[in-house]
Amino acid sequence: MSARTQVFLWIGQRASAAVLALCVLVHLCTIVYAVRGGLSAAEILARTQGNVAWLAFYTVFVFAVAVHVPIGLRAILSEWVGWRDGSRDLALWVFGAVLAVMGIRAVFGVFG
Amino acid sequence: MGTLKVRIWRGTESGDFQAFEVPREESQTVLDVVTYVQRHLDPALAYRFACRVGMCGSCAMTVNGQSRWTCRTHVSKVAEDGRLEIAPLHNLPVIRDLVTDMSEFFDKWAKVQGRFIGTRTRHDEFESVSPASADRQQVDAAIECIGCGVCYSACDVVSWNPDYAGPAALNRAWTLVKDVRDAATLERLRAVAGDAGANACHTHMSCTDRCPKQISPTAGIAGLKREIAKAALKGKL
Repeated sequence: MSARTQVFLWIGQRASAAVLALCVLVHLCTIVYAVRGGLSAAEILARTQGNVAWLAFYTVFVFAVAVHVPIGLRAILSEWVGWRDGSRDLALWVFGAVLAVMGIRAVFGVFG
Repeated sequence: MGTLKVRIWRGTESGDFQAFEVPREESQTVLDVVTYVQRHLDPALAYRFACRVGMCGSCAMTVNGQSRWTCRTHVSKVAEDGRLEIAPLHNLPVIRDLVTDMSEFFDKWAKVQGRFIGTRTRHDEFESVSPASADRQQVDAAIECIGCGVCYSACDVVSWNPDYAGPAALNRAWTLVKDVRDAATLERLRAVAGDAGANACHTHMSCTDRCPKQISPTAGIAGLKREIAKAALKGKL
């Protein structure tokens, strides 16, 4: 992988971290607000089903996670496990794609 | 003033600590202790020093677990219950006893283009650089590195990633990136970008904490990250 690509991964991780900081804050505030009178699946679905705003918010959240986590794991795998070759990056592409697909599936699960 | 109980690393990568008793003196430095051992107790002890006044950067060692310049480190500051444990620097191959092979440390300075590349010749006028300019002030904050290797020895990222250029080389690159007379900024940014360069720094700040010259390589590396990101986003990298 070229140094230029590595720099773009670095930028991608910082940018996704900035998005995640906001997303996590909104997510936590929503949880605190939502559970004040007890929590039920019906209550969650009532809030999310058909709501395009929540669909958009959690779609952004999922994609930020799918970008941020594999890049962070890349550094951990290199530094702590010594896995540095192309197979590591391939495995992380797959892992990122799995995160994105599972996340989007869950987002649409509570939307539809 | 009593005696110091000193344990000194003997051997290469494998070896063991050897115990010595050294008379305690007033204003004694750790280098004085090592010199006493070599001159009076065991002439075969290998260590490195030159100036003894904190200029040359050759006497750095690990003292009670921390990397330090030994000529300017007073025993009174670091001895724990009259005990000193002296070992070679971390993250560098040990040649013998307290002497490390610093080749890779300096090779990395070359790898990050750590030499000034000017455009003027001896026939041109000197370039006027205001000491008050923002760029020059950033250079001044980082320029006094003596190449002792303390930051390199203290850096976790160097120990995890052997390709990482390390704080001293990156700090040198930063002083040149901020030098308005230098003509190789882009080549240098390319040399310090990516996994083996500034982007690998985790901002642990051990280098900044340990630098005997109070330089903050962390700040320089952060500056390099900004310049690298700008160049990458402009498509220049």
